[in-house]
Amino acid sequence: MTTKAVITVKFFASLREHVGQTEAEVAESGMKSVADVWSQATNNMALPENTLMAVNMEYVDSSCTVKAGDEVAFFPPVTGG
Amino acid sequence: MLVEIKDAPFEPYQCLLDYQANAGFAGKYGATAAFVGTMREFNQGDDVEAMLLEHYPGMTEKYLEKISAEAATKWNILDSLIVHRIGEMLPNDPIVLVAVWSAHRAEAFDASRYLMEELKSRAPFWKKERLAEQTRWVEKKT
Repeated sequence: MTTKAVITVKFFASLREHVGQTEAEVAESGMKSVADVWSQATNNMALPENTLMAVNMEYVDSSCTVKAGDEVAFFPPVTGG
Repeated sequence: MLVEIKDAPFEPYQCLLDYQANAGFAGKYGATAAFVGTMREFNQGDDVEAMLLEHYPGMTEKYLEKISAEAATKWNILDSLIVHRIGEMLPNDPIVLVAVWSAHRAEAFDASRYLMEELKSRAPFWKKERLAEQTRWVEKKT
């Protein structure tokens, strides 16, 4: 039984519109951090300054390490309530 | 402790009564603090016709549960309820209900304030407003 060595990437709200995609998959190979995942998924777009990041639905910073099977999300500051 | 995301209009006071009727704290609570957030028909000087509320399914619930658990650790409360709307909504629609029950008022007041402030700063929700001529994402407030 083999699983694909990929990382799932999600974008929300204004950031989804900015990058022009809702969800992506990137190969885990060579991905060390959340910052690497952003660059790979967005074809090296600049990361907007106030972007929030989560790995497996927990807030992290861009240096957080990633592994195959992780879900990495990028989104703008939250505005609920 | 309950966290609920609603994708259709809801009546916050009915939610509060229904939850209270089935909760296990009858006879023990002397204080109920309820906060209801409602959609305005104006924002930043503009008329707002409608609003779309987006969330991150899974993470939003996780963070609402996390802050509810934190409130229960920080204060001596009996129970809490958070209901939050998503989807397309209109002015006057309720957006959020936060309710806290405790034996005495201080804990209910303080814990409900905490839940609202933490929800606004940590729960992944985003608002997009529809004005007469355009749509715009709501920017983070201080």
